[in-house]
Amino acid sequence: MTVSMPSERALKLMAIGTAAGLFSGLFGVGGGTVIVPLLVVWLGYGEREATGTSLAAIVFIAGFAAVVQGAYGNVHVLDALLVGIPAVGGVLFGTWLQQRVHVRMLSLLFAAVLVASAVELLLE
Amino acid sequence: MIWLILIGVAAGVLGGLLGVGGGVLFVPGLVIVVGLTQHEAEATSLLAIVPVALVGAVRQNRYGNVRRDDALLAGVLSVAGVAGGVALANALSGTALRTAFAVLILLIAAQLVRKALRDESGRAAGDPLPRTGTSVRARGSE
Repeated sequence: MTVSMPSERALKLMAIGTAAGLFSGLFGVGGGTVIVPLLVVWLGYGEREATGTSLAAIVFIAGFAAVVQGAYGNVHVLDALLVGIPAVGGVLFGTWLQQRVHVRMLSLLFAAVLVASAVELLLE
Repeated sequence: MIWLILIGVAAGVLGGLLGVGGGVLFVPGLVIVVGLTQHEAEATSLLAIVPVALVGAVRQNRYGNVRRDDALLAGVLSVAGVAGGVALANALSGTALRTAFAVLILLIAAQLVRKALRDESGRAAGDPLPRTGTSVRARGSE
């Protein structure tokens, strides 16, 4: 690409990064919920490219956010490693499983888990 | 300690299966099961997400699904948003933040249900099961 001024594309990516960063920092999640649909709608991405590119952006976003939260003294580093490293294995297994199970039923089951978690958090 | 590992594995499997990010499960798991505060759980979740997203991104890159320039630009330019989001989170009380997070996961649950029902009607219209392309379909988790 040969652009001298910040292109419209660059501005859109900056807006996406900023929105995802706010979301991620506020909620402690990666921000894929924000990035994926914006890449699709604003930049014409296909779903797979959007998901792949979102994951790469999240490495930076979650990394920055963890550092800033660390400055507030909120990060439990050992806990994060004990959760995050096994999760890598879980994701690999999950993507393998995706081709072999009925994802629709699982989506509904997982939605129920989220609703139960939300209720629990609201009652806490 | 065993609970932490179980939360990680469960969140990872669900993330890989459904394309929902790990954080959505890390945070409630760390609050409800481990007993961290909402602020601590969110902060710890963010660090836990890094290796998950990294491995996911490397795999997706191998399948040609990552536009690296765009990812770098969006990622690096997120700094201001990140700083704002974290500052906002820390300005809120634990109760307010927990309530907001609960609303967020309710919305994500609604989205999952909607998508599941939509996929169902697509299949009913005669679409074949997307069994080809195997692991390229991997969504990874957040």
